[in-house]
Amino acid sequence: MTKEMAVKAAEAPSRRDILYIATGSAAVVAAGAVVWPLIAQMNPDASTRALASTEVDISAIPEGQIVTVKWRGKPVFIRHRTAAEIKAAEDVPLADLPDPEPDSKRVHKPEWLVVIGVCTHLGCIPTGKEGAFNGWFCPCHGSTYDVSGRIRSGPAPSNLEVPQYAFISDNKIKIG
Amino acid sequence: MEGHSEYTPKSGFARWLERRLPILSFMHGSFVSYPTPKNLNYMWVFGAILSFMLVAQIVTGVVLAMHYTAETTLAFQSVEKIMRDVNWGMFLRYAHSNGASMFFLAVYIHIFRGMYYGSYKEPREVLWILGVVIFMLMMATGFLGYVLPWGQMSFWAATVITNLFSAIPVVGTSITTWLLGGYSVDNPTLNRFFALHYLLPFIIVAVVALHVWALHVTGQNNPSGVEVKDVKKDTVPFTPYATLKDGFGIGVFLIVYAWLTFFVPNYLGHPDNYIEANPLVTPPHIVPEWYFLPFYAILRAIPNKLLGVIALFLSILITAALPWLDRSKVKSGSYRPLFRKEYWVFVAVCVGLGYLGAQPAEGAYLWFARVLSAYYFLHFLVILPLIGKWEKPEPLPDSIDASIAREETSHA
Repeated sequence: MTKEMAVKAAEAPSRRDILYIATGSAAVVAAGAVVWPLIAQMNPDASTRALASTEVDISAIPEGQIVTVKWRGKPVFIRHRTAAEIKAAEDVPLADLPDPEPDSKRVHKPEWLVVIGVCTHLGCIPTGKEGAFNGWFCPCHGSTYDVSGRIRSGPAPSNLEVPQYAFISDNKIKIG
Repeated sequence: MEGHSEYTPKSGFARWLERRLPILSFMHGSFVSYPTPKNLNYMWVFGAILSFMLVAQIVTGVVLAMHYTAETTLAFQSVEKIMRDVNWGMFLRYAHSNGASMFFLAVYIHIFRGMYYGSYKEPREVLWILGVVIFMLMMATGFLGYVLPWGQMSFWAATVITNLFSAIPVVGTSITTWLLGGYSVDNPTLNRFFALHYLLPFIIVAVVALHVWALHVTGQNNPSGVEVKDVKKDTVPFTPYATLKDGFGIGVFLIVYAWLTFFVPNYLGHPDNYIEANPLVTPPHIVPEWYFLPFYAILRAIPNKLLGVIALFLSILITAALPWLDRSKVKSGSYRPLFRKEYWVFVAVCVGLGYLGAQPAEGAYLWFARVLSAYYFLHFLVILPLIGKWEKPEPLPDSIDASIAREETSHA
């Protein structure tokens, strides 16, 4: 602070000081109020947010098959797992997993695995029944997932996401 | 800097304008009488080539925008319509897409020129940093433009690049959703990418103006790295000397550009981008455009998502710190025996990373990419600072004029 300013500050605030501060504050608030919509308009609009849910008839999926359905613009993998695959998924020691999660926490019924088919690395779609763990393999940067959709190797940081879903009947699930 | 000749308005109109807006004398001072070091070699024509390419991209881009539709169900068709139905459409589109490649080719030569001759050193730090800003804006513009044809590569490039931001802890996913305007790449994404692709080139124009302004304050560097001491002895006027040389350089550059555009227009492209975007199928081998490959290799080399993304951004940003990392007082690599060798190793590392970026990220490729990525950062953070400290530079010429005399005697 210069000497001159220090002297000024010691004086009683004038009407101009108050006007200056009031105008400045109003300008900051106004700028914020204008910037907010300009930034917020880029977030998903109402039609995108209107969270569509999808019902899928799973009776036609034979054991061992993976079916891909679209939900919220993203693929969802529905995998009808074989007994051997279920056992393989359940037997993995949690210590072997980069993102430890027991298989039982990832399924509602052991024979049905439902995961969002988007690699947790950079968003590519992994291909099924490939990679060392027979689950999924991401062609973009080489992440491999097991039959529970859990990350096993490669740059992806976490397991394939399990979407919210429920069995409406034995043969029908509702995703979302 | 003092120019070679004074501008004197000749016509009545010029005198009238000069008193109101001295734009004619400004142009004269900047592009006619402006003193350019008389020893500039052909590596110095790329500034003019880049200016030319920026204009070429804006002109072809504006006319393409007259025919393009930024809507997911129509975008791919509208590009095919440009290719088949629009008068000269195929030429305009190929000129624009290959123009991007030529733009990047020129900017890489321009950057490596600056690195060899120490053009980033005092007093040109701000000039250099503005250049890094332009380069980053170019990368953003190139990426946004690549998404617009809405082919498979477009779609998956958009997915991968926007997902880079999801690596940011806590807010990453929200940022990605905000960038996309949805939960995956879709119509809102394409729409805003088009708006931004149209906007950014004009921001580049503005930063280029600052870049040229900064250049004209400090004056150009030159192959000897010795500053201008005597304007009369060390420099020649911009026009006709630099103007004609730049013109010739642009001409040669255009031959390559025209060859690409007319004879092998898809050589640098990827056939997958002629398949319309499909959100449910990722192509088995996705690669970015060639000009992003070295950075892509660095991203993939690191087996951790967040660290990979950080390394990718750092590999670009670190160039802005060059003026403070390279401590040698000698600018030009011509007088720096150790730096000269390291420089070419570094060039080879960058080319090597570019090659590896195009290969699948597995096995030996991955390990080479790791070694070269490590070297890339070591070059900036360790090797350059140490060379600056230990190297014994060769004796510098007394002036630009003397450096030419020295060369002439050695050739005689």
